[in-house]
Amino acid sequence: MTYRMLLTLAAVVAVPASAQDVRSGSLTVTSPWSRATAPRATVGAGFLTIRNGDAQADRLVSVTSPRAERVEIHAMSMKNGVMRMRPLANGVTVPPQRATTLAPGGNHLMLMGLKAPLKAGERVPVTLRFARAGLVTTQLVVGSAGAAAPMGSHEGHH
Amino acid sequence: MTGHRMRRASLSALAAAGLIAAMAGCSGGPGEQAAAATQAGPGGPFRLFDTNGATVTEQTLKGKPYAMFFGFTRCPDVCPTTMSKMALLHKRLGADAEKMNIVFVSVDPEHDKKEDIASFLSMFDAPMIGLTGSQAELDKMAAAYKVYVERVPLPNGDYTIDHTARILLFDREGQFAERMDAAEPEGRAVARLKRLIHA
Repeated sequence: MTYRMLLTLAAVVAVPASAQDVRSGSLTVTSPWSRATAPRATVGAGFLTIRNGDAQADRLVSVTSPRAERVEIHAMSMKNGVMRMRPLANGVTVPPQRATTLAPGGNHLMLMGLKAPLKAGERVPVTLRFARAGLVTTQLVVGSAGAAAPMGSHEGHH
Repeated sequence: MTGHRMRRASLSALAAAGLIAAMAGCSGGPGEQAAAATQAGPGGPFRLFDTNGATVTEQTLKGKPYAMFFGFTRCPDVCPTTMSKMALLHKRLGADAEKMNIVFVSVDPEHDKKEDIASFLSMFDAPMIGLTGSQAELDKMAAAYKVYVERVPLPNGDYTIDHTARILLFDREGQFAERMDAAEPEGRAVARLKRLIHA
């Protein structure tokens, strides 16, 4: 068994248990994180995993944060080496008994009109509104500017 | 298609036409020159300015190989990911690191002033050259460097920029060598850069 396989296994088996993980009914939001932004930056990204333990699908409809003028849910795609980013007008669906991850290279939250730059190590409150589960408030843990994964995870920068 | 996009597209076409006309004026027929231009790799003359406001051209960069990336500072994902990867590779190059340059070209002159680019690049732990210029100059460069750039208005009144997210590698003469993906495994990417440095 390779080291990489072990890491993958560990990632699957490990139950994320950070203070930022929150639960609302059968919905769990885990590993919310962001990246430090430049001193003059006005936008930041947000990433997290949503687990839906319910028999019915739910949908992340909208997001707000006291740190940003507005938060949008964006899709990012890479085709033939070209990066495209578009707002997801209908949010993100979380199928029943499944998890949906907002992560670099794919769907993400976009904090727009930042009132101050996001600094590594700080926590940024966000409130997620779900079609069924209602409001869920959590905190994005800010990692380094180029972090590929939340702090403390196997893939994170050390 | 929006009016702005149309304007950009026609400006690019005009710039391209102007370039071909200028080249045709030097030697050979226009058809011959246009064919040569389409067959050539990415690269060619440009005139931009750096984060200190100093003019930088393809001549300024000669002397060391360089990795060039086109992006914009409000790009939340692929740009910081790529520049962070470049900073990491730079570190992995060890003593060879100073033998190459990392160049970031902002294709968002509407928003990115030299201060914004300096601020953005300050996030990454490696020396980087940040460049931008007039829209016309950037349009011309994007065409010559075969980089796709399109300003896309968003429903919220803001805009985003679709752009090529591959890194272009040039040798110390400024000749295009190859493209590199930011997701390329570290070891392979370092080997590639070392080849370029020791070529």
